[in-house]
Amino acid sequence: MAGQARHPDVRQNAGFSLADGPETIAFMIVHLSGRLVVARLEAIRAQVAAAAPVADLTLDLSGVDAMDTAGAWLVIDAQSRIQQRGGSCQIVGASPLHRELLDVVRRNIPQSAPAGTPPSGLLDWLEKIGRKTWSGIRSLVEMLGFLGLVVARLGGVLRHPGRLRLTSLVHHMQEIGFNAIPIVSLMAFLIGVVMAFQGAVQLRQFGAEVFVVDLIAISVLRELGILLTAIIVAGRSGAAFTASIGSMKMREEIDAMQTLGLDPIEVLVLPRVLALVLVLPLLGFVADVMGLLGGAMMSWIELGVSPGMFRTRLYESVDVWHYIVGLIKAPVFAVIIGIVGCYEGMKVGGDAESLGRLTSTSVVLSIFLVIVADALFSIFFAVVGV
Amino acid sequence: MAQPRDAIIEVRGLRTQFGSHVVHEGLDLDVYRGEVLGVVGGSGTGKSVLLRAIVGLVQPAAGHVSVFGTDMLRASEETRQKIEQRWGVMFQDGALFSSLTVRENVEVPMREQTDLAPATRRALAELKISMVGLPPIACDKYPSELSGGMRKRAGLARALALDPEIVFLDEPTAGLDPIGASAFDALIKKLQTTLGLTVFLVTHDLDTLHAICDRIAVLAEKRVFVTGTMTDMLQVDQPWVHEYFHGPRARASGIGTKG
Repeated sequence: MAGQARHPDVRQNAGFSLADGPETIAFMIVHLSGRLVVARLEAIRAQVAAAAPVADLTLDLSGVDAMDTAGAWLVIDAQSRIQQRGGSCQIVGASPLHRELLDVVRRNIPQSAPAGTPPSGLLDWLEKIGRKTWSGIRSLVEMLGFLGLVVARLGGVLRHPGRLRLTSLVHHMQEIGFNAIPIVSLMAFLIGVVMAFQGAVQLRQFGAEVFVVDLIAISVLRELGILLTAIIVAGRSGAAFTASIGSMKMREEIDAMQTLGLDPIEVLVLPRVLALVLVLPLLGFVADVMGLLGGAMMSWIELGVSPGMFRTRLYESVDVWHYIVGLIKAPVFAVIIGIVGCYEGMKVGGDAESLGRLTSTSVVLSIFLVIVADALFSIFFAVVGV
Repeated sequence: MAQPRDAIIEVRGLRTQFGSHVVHEGLDLDVYRGEVLGVVGGSGTGKSVLLRAIVGLVQPAAGHVSVFGTDMLRASEETRQKIEQRWGVMFQDGALFSSLTVRENVEVPMREQTDLAPATRRALAELKISMVGLPPIACDKYPSELSGGMRKRAGLARALALDPEIVFLDEPTAGLDPIGASAFDALIKKLQTTLGLTVFLVTHDLDTLHAICDRIAVLAEKRVFVTGTMTDMLQVDQPWVHEYFHGPRARASGIGTKG
């Protein structure tokens, strides 16, 4: 459209008042012509602003062929700036249509409240930390409340087993458990390989190659197998819980459920959490087996520890408690991942932004809490002596 | 209408389909400069699809769509973008970007397509927001904090951000209370006369049709069945059109009585 557009033109006729001294400009007529539209606004604005320090300004719009709201705003803005300084400014020569547009714009210019500058500095920073801490504590308390609610509903379902959503439970068990077997197996196998490889380098220096079995078995069975499985499940399923419950919340499906007499906790949360509690130990077991397999293979290749020797050493020197300790932690991790995932999903508001934010919060928070729980378990088992 | 009939949008032989489901077949439509055209039709007759086909969100299977004399389906990407800057679209629920405040939403087109200084952009955005009847306090709110009607207004403010020549409105008054709806009608009419807008509006609202539309196009039988003024509509004896403009709701709006 630039082809036939006449560019706006600003001409200034200035009058000099002799009374106030030779250099003071007393009045000025600014002729605007051409297209006063948004595309050229900044250029025109600069030219009009150049005429601003005048006491008595006349804006002549008789040459304007096209004006949009941005152009009208420019004229009104220039006028109000001059008037604020105590000068006077007339607008002349506007066509009836343009005058109407100017009126519409003038009526709608918001009374500019100067935006209060946000307080900055140490105090503000401290306040922010305080608020964050408080909201962190509050959401932890709320999450405990949510856990309580789920446990209460579980009690209800145990008394009336018919209320358990069996189809949903099985579906989630397949989704969380069965479908995760390949990735969990691969991860655990590779961890076993890495442990054996790293252990081999160190142990060979002392000629204590055979201790690699203890190293792999204890670390995989006791810690790594279940911990890494929980982390993968948190990323895979915890995030999926938040996203699916959150998008249902966003589309008011959860509100609809409540009005239909369905309890969202019983329908959505309980099957997910239960499925997690049931399958996470199984996945942990798969990870243990695959970790040992990976370790055994690498020990054989790297250190010449034959599978038979690996098995004998495993029987003789690794206590079964290492394996039990690992699996005891699984249901606890499952509850953490399930509760955090569902709770964050329930917190989603009406906008897509919060869905994304809470999904990532859910993953980070559940992994963090799983690791905290693991640390507490370590202390507990050390005190108990297993 | 007395003004010269300068067709700003021309749709010829449009055919749109989703899979085997044909929505439009041989649809012709003209929209003239400076008019308010109301598009009506039963649910599922493809009113919104027609709007989407014109603005290029739906790829038609056949036919021509030309806007400002440019064939939109065959134009280069660059030409299309130039034309797209000259129209504004308001979607049914406002379709505001949920991660931005209302003011930032209105500033988006300005930021992308002009070189306005931030302060100017801000002032213009506030002006647009005030023009569509939102209080200044709404500027810094996020879309999720607004009611449905306010979201619609904010959507209109964004559609008007660059003072477009054509505005497409998808059900602008659906879901508004009658007072809000007639205020919205008045707003569209006022903007249309002062800015010389061409308005393409999809609606179910008989009051809107009656109050602000210069012409009405009825979609039926996969094409534009009839176009004309409200008076013309009352003469049409196709059953659906007759039922629409003579039904109980039409009588309640005082349309049948005036015709």
